[in-house]
Amino acid sequence: MLINWFRFASPVSFYPIAGRWSFAFGALAAVLAGAGLVVGLWIAPTDATQGDAYRIIFIHVPTAWMAMFIYLVMAAWSALALGFNTRLSAMMAQALAPTGALMAGLALWTGAFWGRPTWGTYWAWDARMTSTLILLFLYLGVIALRSAIEEPRRADRACAVLALVGAVNVPIIYFSVQWWNTLHQGSSISLTAAPKMAMTMLAGILIMTAAAWCYTIAIVLSRVQAIIVERERGAGWLESLIEWRAGSEH
Amino acid sequence: MSDSALHAIGWALARDIRVALRSKGELGVQLLFYVIVVSLFPLATSPSRELLATLGPGVLWTTALLASLLSLSRLFASDFHDGTLEQIALSPRPLAALVSGKMAAHWLTTGLPVVVMAPLLGAQYALDVPVLATLTLSLLLGTPILSLLGAVGAALTLGARGGGSLLALLVLPLYAPVLIFGAGAVDAVRSGLSAAPHLSLLGAGLLLALVAVPFAVAAAVRIALD
Amino acid sequence: MSEFFAMGGYAWYVWMAYGAAALAIVVEIVTVRARRKRAFDELRMSLEPPRPRSMPHARGAR
Repeated sequence: MLINWFRFASPVSFYPIAGRWSFAFGALAAVLAGAGLVVGLWIAPTDATQGDAYRIIFIHVPTAWMAMFIYLVMAAWSALALGFNTRLSAMMAQALAPTGALMAGLALWTGAFWGRPTWGTYWAWDARMTSTLILLFLYLGVIALRSAIEEPRRADRACAVLALVGAVNVPIIYFSVQWWNTLHQGSSISLTAAPKMAMTMLAGILIMTAAAWCYTIAIVLSRVQAIIVERERGAGWLESLIEWRAGSEH
Repeated sequence: MSDSALHAIGWALARDIRVALRSKGELGVQLLFYVIVVSLFPLATSPSRELLATLGPGVLWTTALLASLLSLSRLFASDFHDGTLEQIALSPRPLAALVSGKMAAHWLTTGLPVVVMAPLLGAQYALDVPVLATLTLSLLLGTPILSLLGAVGAALTLGARGGGSLLALLVLPLYAPVLIFGAGAVDAVRSGLSAAPHLSLLGAGLLLALVAVPFAVAAAVRIALD
Repeated sequence: MSEFFAMGGYAWYVWMAYGAAALAIVVEIVTVRARRKRAFDELRMSLEPPRPRSMPHARGAR
């Protein structure tokens, strides 16, 4: 089991690998999403209390989970970037942020459209929605800091510190919002009234979550490729990449 | 903590206080900002005592956040631009201790005045004496956390475009737990509960921030100086 | 079929949620591909020797 992990740590050798994996995970994501949609929209039975409105769960839950996971993964890559000063880890963190923000935004949007028919309001200051909103702000902060610093290497490290500080804060924010929410439980909204899980519902959620994972991996690797080309310009090895690209793609 | 670290904290603290006192006008303006913004809310809503007592803790706390934010951008910026920060970073004293002194000075010159003014402004919001006492205590525990977390943002945005608004975007989400526990403590007393859980959580947060933040700020300053 | 699209009366909510997700994913894929293409174009330009710009035979000068 002697894998030379440092082979993956250099953008040169990672670029073609990223292309292959991106394609494979993208294809897998498409298949899984197709299967998940069939299960979620056709096979899963209509919920007794919520009717068909509950079907939003099949995108709401995966995107909400991804929003959280991606922040942790971004923080982990940031820690690697700070600890080992590897360029590629920082590029991975950079590539993850926009997709994380997108997932958080989708989780909020789909949550709103699920909330309206079930709780009677598009927005409630529910603990989970509020902490997802703050999570979205944290993503936007990292993206904004990245674009505000001219020099890429400095931006890498500044964003890494910010991501780590944010990662320490995420559980504290989550806990504090939960606490705040239970103290102000004046409204009659009961958020734990989730539909009773039929087997097919659970299967649909799990398949869609797997699809979201694969999609995230595919799109992030693809974005990393763009970042590598943007940032390694003038590094020499990219010249051969143009020929390689001309030969392998289209 | 070693002797040299304490010395470094003391040195940076004394220096920043001296610099701050040189421009007393600026300190006054910051405090005035707090007073004026707090006084605007009744105009925007209603002078009803019940409503004001409900809004009061939240308004006083949110405004304290903004007042802290207002002065943050200058915490490192002037030292960064005239090269002092680089000198400080090159000195043999531990950088984490030096930035701790600067953060302490920031709190003493901007956080403490807010804490002192809070009971007066709270009285405008028809808050009773026990509520005012809790408000002051929660601000006393909470505003140092604001200075500490804010310093991380201030150090990270050194040399970045976008200045103040970028700093606000980075720092305000991190302030959310402080706001919740701080304003929550006051609310708890108002509704006849104990504020002890809120205040102990604020205290725990302060201790955590005191231990961890100086190192994060020192790292951020080093990154900016690279 | 129309029954399926009606979603038991919740069509607006269900399709707004699914539609937004689909749109967001399409937009993200398109922007990432465009970004990669732009990066390559800029790279290619930076590698090619600078061409004299105002030659009469230059393409598009007919």
